[in-house]
Amino acid sequence: MSSTNSPADVDSGRSVRETPLLEVKGLRKYYPIRRGFLSRTRGYVKAVDGVDFTIQRGETLGLVGESGCGKSTTGRCLLRAVDATEGQVRYWISDETGWTDIYQLAGEDLRRFRQFAQMIFQDPFSSLNPRMTLLQIVGEPLTVNRLASGEELEHRVADLLRRVGLRPEYMKRYPHAFSGGQRQRIGIARSLALEPNFIVCDEPVSALDVSIQAQTLNLLQDLQEEFHLTYLFVAHDLNVVAHIADRVAVMYVGKMVELAESDDLFDNPLHPYTEVLMSSVLPPDPRIKTSQIEMTGEVADPANPPSGCYFHPRCQYAEDRCRHETPELREVRPSHFVSCHRAEEITLQGVI
Amino acid sequence: MTPQDDQRLLEIRNLKVQFALEEGTVRAVDGMNLAIDRGQTVGVVGESGCGKSVTAQALLRIVPKPGEIVEGELLYYRPTDGDGGNLHVTDLAGLPANGDEMRDIRGNEIVMVFQEPMSSLAPVYTIGHQIMEAIGLHQHVGKQEARERTLEILQRVGMPQPSQTIDSYPHQMSGGMRQRGMIAIALSCNPTLLIADEPTTALDVTTQGQILELMQKLQNDFGMAIMFITHDLGVVAKMTEYVTVMYLGKVVESADVDTIFHDPKHPYTKALLRSMPRMGVKSRRLEAVTGMVPDPFHVPPGCPFHPRCEDFIAGRCDAEEPPWIETEPGHGVRCVLYE
Repeated sequence: MSSTNSPADVDSGRSVRETPLLEVKGLRKYYPIRRGFLSRTRGYVKAVDGVDFTIQRGETLGLVGESGCGKSTTGRCLLRAVDATEGQVRYWISDETGWTDIYQLAGEDLRRFRQFAQMIFQDPFSSLNPRMTLLQIVGEPLTVNRLASGEELEHRVADLLRRVGLRPEYMKRYPHAFSGGQRQRIGIARSLALEPNFIVCDEPVSALDVSIQAQTLNLLQDLQEEFHLTYLFVAHDLNVVAHIADRVAVMYVGKMVELAESDDLFDNPLHPYTEVLMSSVLPPDPRIKTSQIEMTGEVADPANPPSGCYFHPRCQYAEDRCRHETPELREVRPSHFVSCHRAEEITLQGVI
Repeated sequence: MTPQDDQRLLEIRNLKVQFALEEGTVRAVDGMNLAIDRGQTVGVVGESGCGKSVTAQALLRIVPKPGEIVEGELLYYRPTDGDGGNLHVTDLAGLPANGDEMRDIRGNEIVMVFQEPMSSLAPVYTIGHQIMEAIGLHQHVGKQEARERTLEILQRVGMPQPSQTIDSYPHQMSGGMRQRGMIAIALSCNPTLLIADEPTTALDVTTQGQILELMQKLQNDFGMAIMFITHDLGVVAKMTEYVTVMYLGKVVESADVDTIFHDPKHPYTKALLRSMPRMGVKSRRLEAVTGMVPDPFHVPPGCPFHPRCEDFIAGRCDAEEPPWIETEPGHGVRCVLYE
């Protein structure tokens, strides 16, 4: 991985070791709940509720959490695949342009940004158009942006297919002729077509078989090295995230509760929710007996979250303060951020 | 055939299920053998298309058309009432799929919990209605008693506020609650065998743990055997006593759970275990299994795993079907390396 070790400082004063590629501030995405004859807005589902983080050039940031925690929505807001309700998403596209806030972009500028950042989707069965050949699917970004056509297009698509481990001879076939793992490679080839710098990988391996997962993860790592890619890796499988991510962020009900270097997070979690998540992972070894920390109740409703810390009704360490005061994400140890009032007092169990 | 001991519940012998399609014949299950004892938990592991779910469908005789059981026996050692606890051996494969006996067994003695709790519950009926339906079908009880039993079973599966949830529709419940509802339907009668087909795959990790623990507890209470179908090796390690590994319709290895994880023999089992990323174990690259699972119309000749196998022997693995070898009692492997 290429990284210049200049201690660039992002104005928030956080310690940053490398050069940032992306900075997110106060990101919010609220979906209105409309009811009744006049479709009046009766409230909001707070899918993403005030999230701040930065992503360094060349790193993989893992984003984990349970379904409905807002991790996919966060990923989509970074690409303007859905528009955020509030907040800033700034990219350092090149040294000449400096910071670009993508929510200020329109027209031609926005279209140019879309070459810079791409997405890999979860389900390789529904994310490929069954009526298009591989050439059309992988070549579409190039055609739409008028970057290649005719023979040149076929050459570029052949290169891309080869790069992800597919045979270029298959270019004229349709997606149905391929297995799940191969389809995911098609999706990856397509996301690489415009030579992006940044890719949001939304659960890229969770629909794949065990033996295909490892291949795909290795491929993503190889491509990262070759093309100096930066990844936001959204996933629910902690084993996968622990393997691929340099840093990991944990989300719960639209908020980021912890963010740290991968090893540090798994060895010394500071948020009780992270501890519960890790205790739920079943080790593939019958000799290791783990005991899952019991959690009462269900995940909070993002339309009607509890007071104070959103996790307090299920937290075994909760005290009075947690019910009233909302904790802020703060740096408790160098590069280890957590939003918990009691982070300094409690000792949590990491990976065994 | 008489049972060796009265602990035997089920024996699958040389089961073959085929789908005759326009493109060719798919041998979904191609010579499956498996024995399950009373109260035992057996894991059936494999990737998509290996035939693990079709095996379960065959047991319940619900293989979708044009699938057909073309060979093999499904011997079910059925307890008979009032016969001094004697066992009556029934070959499920020989029964008419919609005959009285099969209908009496299916959903009553042999039950199934499916992967997707949203699509396997009827959206237009309350969960209580669906449990009462199962009770009404198999037991002769009145409406009032059926409702009481339903409340009791909802309580036993840990459904929050059973007296209210009984009148809830599936869309009003979370994924974990729906799966508890599914388990409640399955356990509403008195099953001897529960087939759980990827019961936690669609659930979050924290919910997965709760459902697995519930299943263990209920197994202790009810004493039924569980056939656990999954691709998740973590779930297998936690839940099962005996494991069967399948690849493209064939059993490639079976042994007790500790042996499978600590002394695997078949190259496929070994490769699967090595390829898993594990939290807390840092490695730059994963040791991936090379190649893709072949498509079901073009199963390679000889050992179906040979194109992806590291120990491939040219002229043998691609020519002859490997024999089933018992390396030690209870540990079998289908591979020429152990001849």
